[in-house]
Formats: sequence, structure tokens, C-alpha cells
Amino acid sequence: MTTMTPTFGTVAAPPRSRPWEGFVQSLTLSWRTLVQIKHNPMELIDFSIQPIMFLLLFTYVFGGAIAGSTDDYLTFALAGIIVQNSLFGTLNTGVGLNTDVTKGVFDRLRALPIARWSPLAGRIGADMVKQAWAMALLLGLGAIMGFRVSTDLPSVLAAFGLVLVFAMAFSWISVLVSMLVNEPEKVMIFGFAVMFPLTFVSNVFVPASTMPGWLRGFVDVNPVTKLADAVRGLLVGGPVAGPAGASLLWAAGILAIFAPLAVAAFKRRV
Amino acid sequence: MNNAVLAEGLAKRFGETTALDGVDLAVRTGTVLGLLGPNGAGKTTAVRILTTLLRPDAGHAQVCGLDVVRNAHQVRGLIGLTGQYASVDEMLTGAENLLLIGRLLGHPRAQAKRRARELLAQFDLADAANRAAKTYSGGMRRRLDLAASLVSRPRVLFLDEPTTGLDPRSRIDMWQIVRDLVADGVTVLLTTQYLDEADQLAHEIAVVDHGRVIATGTPAELKARTGAQPLVVRPADTSDLPIVLSVVRDVTAAEPVVEGSTVTAAVTDPGLLPAVVRRLDDARVLVAELALRDASLDEVFLGLTGHRATEDSDEPETEGVPA
Repeated sequence: MTTMTPTFGTVAAPPRSRPWEGFVQSLTLSWRTLVQIKHNPMELIDFSIQPIMFLLLFTYVFGGAIAGSTDDYLTFALAGIIVQNSLFGTLNTGVGLNTDVTKGVFDRLRALPIARWSPLAGRIGADMVKQAWAMALLLGLGAIMGFRVSTDLPSVLAAFGLVLVFAMAFSWISVLVSMLVNEPEKVMIFGFAVMFPLTFVSNVFVPASTMPGWLRGFVDVNPVTKLADAVRGLLVGGPVAGPAGASLLWAAGILAIFAPLAVAAFKRRV
Repeated sequence: MNNAVLAEGLAKRFGETTALDGVDLAVRTGTVLGLLGPNGAGKTTAVRILTTLLRPDAGHAQVCGLDVVRNAHQVRGLIGLTGQYASVDEMLTGAENLLLIGRLLGHPRAQAKRRARELLAQFDLADAANRAAKTYSGGMRRRLDLAASLVSRPRVLFLDEPTTGLDPRSRIDMWQIVRDLVADGVTVLLTTQYLDEADQLAHEIAVVDHGRVIATGTPAELKARTGAQPLVVRPADTSDLPIVLSVVRDVTAAEPVVEGSTVTAAVTDPGLLPAVVRRLDDARVLVAELALRDASLDEVFLGLTGHRATEDSDEPETEGVPA
């Protein structure tokens, strides 16, 4: 096997990939996305710097004014900042997919005998790893700044799990957008237009009680509020079941609407 | 199996644009078919259908006897695609790109690594194996693209404009690589805008224009059919232009075209060249340039369609390709 020996692929290949093969192919494609970071360490800084900035700025600039002391504010806000950051993180999925399609990497993958869904699943899988990294980073930095988890390890893990599940559902919106626009930058523009109001009109940064009534109505139903409440409960104590249930319902709803739309747009596009 | 690729009546529309309008193609096993046509003729669309990336609106196609729509997954196991739009991952190194594909094909890690090393050496990329593909030159990029489509040892290779944008040296390298593959038994369908490329590589050429195959044949047949080669004469002294014009008109019996101080006429009989030289010598005209050029795509097109290949390429070839 030194040169191009014509040992051809077998004609009797199976008609499609078996699910297990698709799973392994997805993992391989996740590896591909993560190994890119090794060659472009800027990317790591890219998705680490925003959470660090938000945590530092909000805690030390606004914290005292909002909560009376930066320590109290940190205890209140860290959960919300984790949620906010994870929603912004879902934009990565869309940007990455759009880049792959525009640059032609997707055509290369689609001309291979692999499961049709594995490029998408691989991308989402890799982004979940980045999400977990950002969450750990925020918790670690928070701890250095004086944040104390007042629950136990299973609760912290549950918080991680809840945020990941929600982010995975939410990333379908990002996938849909990425299939509808023709360049990666537009995913970011659209994303910011949605993410800023969605994450700020919530109880992530300030308690909703100071907002005008009409805004409070939105804050109360905003899935970001529910998720932030649930994560807060899991990290520093408080009601969990209600907001966690509401978050999961929202995740299921978003998934039910946007996953089929995204898959349809995906099939039309590629 | 006589034909490795067989297409009948392929049609594809993108909105208002008809990209393919009933295309029939056949590539005999072990040969090279050149799909020749200007931008926007439908070459890329045809390749995308044959490589299962696009469904035809009408017609059907087979690769090694397998239907590209119904047996798409199996077809993918037999083909390799190197195209304008099928690209490697710029962020990964050359070695990682090939390793990725080997792993996706289900090869064990050691085997995938060995195959990657083998291909990198074969395509003169061993020194660049551990550099990100975005640092590669155009020629290196194209060789890596090709290597990536060979990881699976495909039976049928689709090359979509493999040398567009390459410098002459890299083009010739690429041609040699394709010849070596064919010598190893690979069937190749390549698209190109260059007649000389099709001439160099293809056993048969199919000329496409506006989504239809307008002529097929061997390169020699095609040139014979379209006949004319351009005869070019440029006098050293422009005051001799009228004499040159009348000589060329007399000898070729065709109406010459004057551009600047160059006289061009379509010639079907290469034997006319000595006659032109004699007549010019008799008239004591000094020429700066006198040549019988090879027919270009333009001449072939002009001969077949009556219009130049370049004049109405306003429909972009990228139509329907994710932009």
C-alpha cells in the first residue's frame, strides 16, 4: 500500500449509516471543531473574554449600586450571567455552521458516506463542550471574587445540566438563522438583536421589582428569567422545581418549533 | 459495467434560472470525460447532482450502476469530489484534514494516520503536513483538496475546475497527478473552462452551454468539427497592414479581423501557412508575428454555437450553490 493501489471501496456498502456509526462520526466532527482551537488560541480567548468582562463589570461597576454591596450582587447575579453567557454562546453554533457552508467544507462532508445529521450533531456537541468550559470559568472566577456555592455538588452539576439542555434547544434558533443568511457576520448581527433584549429584559442583572409594570410582564414569562431563577436556586438555594420545570418546558417548546424549521432550512440550503 | 457514470435527461432549475436543461452524459470506466463550458453553463450543477449533493428536478443518473438519488449513501462510498466548493478545513493542518476524513470513513486511527502520511508524501505536502491549511499556497491547497478526496480510494473522481486560478507550473503538476490516477484505473469526470486542459487530460469531451450538451467527441474530433484555428499575422511595419490583409484574405478565403496591427483569420487547413509565408515574402513584408494558434474554447464555441464562450456568462456558475 505504498502508492495508489486501486483497492476500491466495496459496492456492497450498506444503504445508510447505522445510528452507532453516526454517533461516532459526530464525535469525530466535534473533535475537528475543538482541535481548531489548538491552532487558533485566539478563539479560546474569544469565548472566554466576554463572560469574564461581564462578570467583572457588572459586579464591580453596577453591583454596589444595585445590591448595596458587590458580594451580595455577585451572589445574586452569577447565575444569571452564566445563563446570559450560554445564550450568547449558542450563536457560535450558527456562525460555525454558516462558515462551513460558505467555505465549502460542508460539501466535502456531505459527499462522504456518513450520517446526514452528523455534521450538525458534531457542531452542537463541540459547542456544548465550549459552553461547559465557559460555565466552569465563570464559577471559578466567581469563587475567586468571593462567590460561595451554598448547595452541594449534585446541585451544581444539575445547574450545568439544565443550562446545557436549554442551550442545546436554543442553539436550533441559531442554526435556523445561520441557514437563512449568507455570511457568518449576519448571524452575529441577528443574534445580538435578539440576545440583548432577551437577556437584559429578565432578572439576570437586576431584580424585576424596580421595572415598570408592562416590562415586568415580559420579564415574568421570559425563559431567561426562569432559567436564571432555577440556576440561582441550584447554586445558592431557593425554589428550584418551579423555575426548572418552566425552563425545561420552554426548552421543549423551542426545540419543537425551531428544530424542524432549522432542519428544513438546512435541507433546502445544502 | 461499461460506463462508470451515466446520466440521462438531467434537469435542474433554481427559481427563474434553468441550470440544466436535459443533460445526457456517459463516462466509460477508466477514462476521463472533460465537461467543457463557460461560466454558468451548468457544469458545477451537473457535478453536484452526480455527487449526490443536489437532487435533479428531472432525469436520473448512476455512478457504478447505483442511482445517485436512491442509493446516495452507497454512491458516496465510491466517489471522490474535489471542487471549487468542496473544500478542506482551513483551520486544521494538512495531516489533520486527511486524518479527519479517514476517521469519518471508519478507518482505525493507525490506518487513517498511515493513509494521511502516504497521501501527503505523494502530493509533495509532507513538509507542510503540520501547518494549518490556511497557510498553504493555491497549488498546495488544491493538492490537499485532491488528497482529501482520495483518502477513500474512490473509483470515480469528480474534479470541478481543478486548476482554475492556479499558476502554470501548478496546473501542469495537477495534470500529471490526474494522469497518474487514471493510470491506476480511476475514472475521472472533470469540468473546465480551458480547451487545452480538456485536450491534455480527457479521452472525451462534452461541451456544455446553457444547461445542454451541445457536442461530444474526442478532443481531435471536436477540433475537426469546429474546424477553424486562428491564423495570426502582425506586420513589423503597420503601413504594410493593407498588403497583409489582402494576402490573408486571398489565401484563406475568409474575412480577416484587424485588431490594432494584428490580422486574424479562421483557417481550417494548416497547409495554408506556407502559402501565406511565400506571398508575404514575395511582397517583401517583414512580420513581427506569424502563427497558427491552437483553437481555444472561444473558437470551439464560435464554431458550435455561433457565439463566443465569454460573451454571455452573466449567469453565475454559483447559481444554486450556497453562497
